[in-house]
Amino acid sequence: MALDTLGGEDWFLHLAPALVMIATALALFGVDALDPDSTNHRAVFGVTLAGTLAALGSAIALLFGMGPELGTTLFSDQLVADEASLLFTLIVTSVTSLVVLGSYDYLEDLPDKGEFYSLLLLAATGMVLMAHANSLATVFVALELASLPSYALVSFLTDNRGSVEGGLKYFLIGALSSAVFVYGISLVYAATGSLLLSDVGTAVTEGVDQTGVLGLGVLLMVAGFGFKIASVPFHFWAPDAYEGAPAPISGFVSSASKAAGFLIAFRVFTTAFPLGAMQDAGIDWVFVFGVLAVLTMLLGNLAAATQDEVKRMLAYSSIAHAGYVLIALAALKSGGAHNDWVLAGGMLHLFVYGFMNTGAFLFVALAEHWDVGRTFEDYAGLGEEAPVASAAVTVLLFSLAGLPVGGGFWSKFMLFGGAIQNGFWWFAAIGLAASALSLFYYWRLIRALWIDQPTDGGHELDGTPTGLYVAVLVAALVTVGLLVGVGPVAEVAFDAAGNLVG
Amino acid sequence: MIIEALLAVTLLGGIAVLLAPDRLAGKLAFGISLGPLLGGLWMFWQFDGSGNLMFDSAAKSFESSLSGTTLLSMGPWDVQWLAAVDGISLPLVVLSTILTTLAIVSAWTPIDERQSQFYALVLFMEAALIGVFTALDFFVWFVFWEGVLVPMVLLIGVWGGPRRKYAAIKFLVYTNVASAVLFVGFLGLLAGLDGTITSFALPEISQAIHAGELQGVGPFSPEELATVSFFAMFAGFAVKVPIVPVHTWLPDAHVEAPTPVSVLLAGVLLKMGTYALLRFNFTMLPEVAMANAELIAAIAVISILYGAMLALAQRDLKRIVAYSSVSSMGYVILGLVAFTVYGVGGATFQMLSHGLISGLLFMTVGVIYNTTHTRMVGDMSGLADRMPVASWVFVAGAFGYMGLPLMSGFAAELFVFIGAFGAEGLQYSPIFTALGMFGIVIVAGYLLSAMQKSLFGPFRLETDYEIGRAPFHDVAPLFVLLGLIVLLGVAPDVVFDMVESATQPIVDAAAENGGGA
Repeated sequence: MALDTLGGEDWFLHLAPALVMIATALALFGVDALDPDSTNHRAVFGVTLAGTLAALGSAIALLFGMGPELGTTLFSDQLVADEASLLFTLIVTSVTSLVVLGSYDYLEDLPDKGEFYSLLLLAATGMVLMAHANSLATVFVALELASLPSYALVSFLTDNRGSVEGGLKYFLIGALSSAVFVYGISLVYAATGSLLLSDVGTAVTEGVDQTGVLGLGVLLMVAGFGFKIASVPFHFWAPDAYEGAPAPISGFVSSASKAAGFLIAFRVFTTAFPLGAMQDAGIDWVFVFGVLAVLTMLLGNLAAATQDEVKRMLAYSSIAHAGYVLIALAALKSGGAHNDWVLAGGMLHLFVYGFMNTGAFLFVALAEHWDVGRTFEDYAGLGEEAPVASAAVTVLLFSLAGLPVGGGFWSKFMLFGGAIQNGFWWFAAIGLAASALSLFYYWRLIRALWIDQPTDGGHELDGTPTGLYVAVLVAALVTVGLLVGVGPVAEVAFDAAGNLVG
Repeated sequence: MIIEALLAVTLLGGIAVLLAPDRLAGKLAFGISLGPLLGGLWMFWQFDGSGNLMFDSAAKSFESSLSGTTLLSMGPWDVQWLAAVDGISLPLVVLSTILTTLAIVSAWTPIDERQSQFYALVLFMEAALIGVFTALDFFVWFVFWEGVLVPMVLLIGVWGGPRRKYAAIKFLVYTNVASAVLFVGFLGLLAGLDGTITSFALPEISQAIHAGELQGVGPFSPEELATVSFFAMFAGFAVKVPIVPVHTWLPDAHVEAPTPVSVLLAGVLLKMGTYALLRFNFTMLPEVAMANAELIAAIAVISILYGAMLALAQRDLKRIVAYSSVSSMGYVILGLVAFTVYGVGGATFQMLSHGLISGLLFMTVGVIYNTTHTRMVGDMSGLADRMPVASWVFVAGAFGYMGLPLMSGFAAELFVFIGAFGAEGLQYSPIFTALGMFGIVIVAGYLLSAMQKSLFGPFRLETDYEIGRAPFHDVAPLFVLLGLIVLLGVAPDVVFDMVESATQPIVDAAAENGGGA
């Protein structure tokens, strides 16, 4: 009863996805504590998958109106439940389900499976809470809840130098960026006297005295976000972390974590720092994001084009995609008629990207499972040996490049088209040029799979990693399905974006 | 529902072939491709529409109840499923289905590895081609447009000749940059129509532009926007056609592609470019086309002459046929820019005629290569002695190309020349026409010389292969194509009537919008 008053009506229904995942994570901890040497991988995996699928199902049910009314705040406005939070809950839970599905085979010969799954679930819970966060305090707490397990997951392969190194880098830079971020929050609090996003927004609109303090605070928060979403020039931890991490975790961190980070950026900057008032105060965060977007698109794509290793190429491609999504913030215009379009494009891109990118990394996980090797040459000839998975990843790669074989075409179109509509045609031009370049390096992998001949007479693919296969196929099918069925998702994204900027 | 049914049968058939074992794939794909072929012929038979669907919604034939379904709403605009045909697109749909079926049959001999994947990709491409020629919503159309590209790149890259990787990436980069450019050009038009249109339906957009609702965007006035968009789209489509100087992907792609794929590339894919030019540039923005008519006609004539001269310099039979496509497609552009009934209609007719004739020549070269294992003019002579059927078919196709009366090439070129000669909007039109006609002389030159060197004279073959008998299924498609070429030459009205009724409104619109100026 006390919680009910505190949390607000139906808070447990609104937060059902997060609660299901945290319950599953705690249950796994319990099992692990009682029987630490348990080797019953199947049971642990089954419980985890059931938990993530239940979370996914409840997110879908909530999104399509089977739960309480959306647009309410919970726990004295600390959390919010609206279309945006549910859309991103959907992204996080689907990516998590795919990753769990792919981890079963990947973890076969590794110890500490229980810890792996519970850390994964805790990180996912943190990301879902990020999607709900409505004050700078909950933003920070949720961010840390998502980050800390991720550091451990990236360095999960304790015998592998790359994994440990990547994890250490990720941890040190993540800790530093958290510090920068929290310092930014404190400056904003000093200037506005509030942590609630809407109250900060009101204070800013009414005018603050210490614009310098506020400006510095905003700038530090941008830097903090820059680290979390791996935007250039705060990206340098990302290639090492994504490359060193177990491939399913690379997909998880680069899709789900990035999406949640972006939603926080969308929410914080549109709600707490309203564009018109901020520009009047001389703090033009749109311009800052514009610079970041251009740098990230260009550098991410150029760096990806020069890689020799598939996983590192995907890591840089993931940086490049953060650049595309940054357009969603960079092309906003004070009073612009198409702000909702731009922002919806960013959200839709993160949604589609969740499937495309996770699928591609899970294909790498499949190759690692088979000990194929790391470079493009090592992948040569896989198309004939594993045609189904190769066909799936081909579709995913073409869609990542923005060809209309998957939903990636629509989301890129909405981003670029929205930018043009708001008068920022140069973002669209750079984005298109960058996409054309990206086709070059995605094509290298496709060429290796289907056209190149293997140098040493082919691979020995043993075992049937059903989980990985299913995960890659599901990712590809959803991506293709979104080419035709993007309508409902785009509608939700428009509603969500309209709530933020409308 | 017939259009949707054709798409569904082809697409699902492709999936079925993909899952079929290799030894059945070729036959199964042939059987499945008969579905769209018969469907296309049935549509051709039943067609009784008239007019151009871009101007007159009554001209939309075979539009089903699914048309108008909203696939995606984006703010004020809806992406819809819209599919219909008129006298311009229906013949091209039929051409695609005929050539796909024949290409599948002609692949039975040369394609011997990864067959189910090969035939599945061919069927996927056929589905996308039907989509390109029938879709009327810009975005759906663009999806099909790019959907043709993906299977094509893989067909060249996996089953091609020794330099296939280079050819595939070149094709991919060229056509993709072109797609990006045309996409941006079209977005410019959409931005100029902000607030006046509610969907991306091509007819609606075209009618809004003709009603003078195009607004200036940013620094551009409406006229400048129209010009910029026109040339962005023109550049994008020019790569596909291809027009000199953006033709350089074509010989590489053609030479490296396996013969059945070359047939489709030359026979249908190039027509996507000219079809799109006709539907977008010349229908939507005729006044820009007429204002720049001399420039476009000059580009067309340069393509005709330069393409022909490049062909003259080749020794590889396949390269000769490939370069001659550049030349032939120049006639299409010349006919379009003339803006006369015979010019635009002749250009459309030339698309069909060239599709059949170049398909025939590529297939014949393929048959010759299958038995001799060489395509070099200098490596063989006197083939007519040992391979009389293939040789004489090649001779017949070559004469069709040169414009022998009673073959489709003659009718097509005659229409284009009559149309271009009398073009009122085009200054110096007699000179352009005369220069274009000179291209035929060069065509005759290189084809006669290639035939004389390789087909006639004493028999000599500088490879280690014995000449065997070409199997029946290699030769049969040649006669089907030859029959169609003669049919269109003897009775062009079979097609030209419907083409004419669909092209007349374009000419009228051009006369209204730009004729006075």
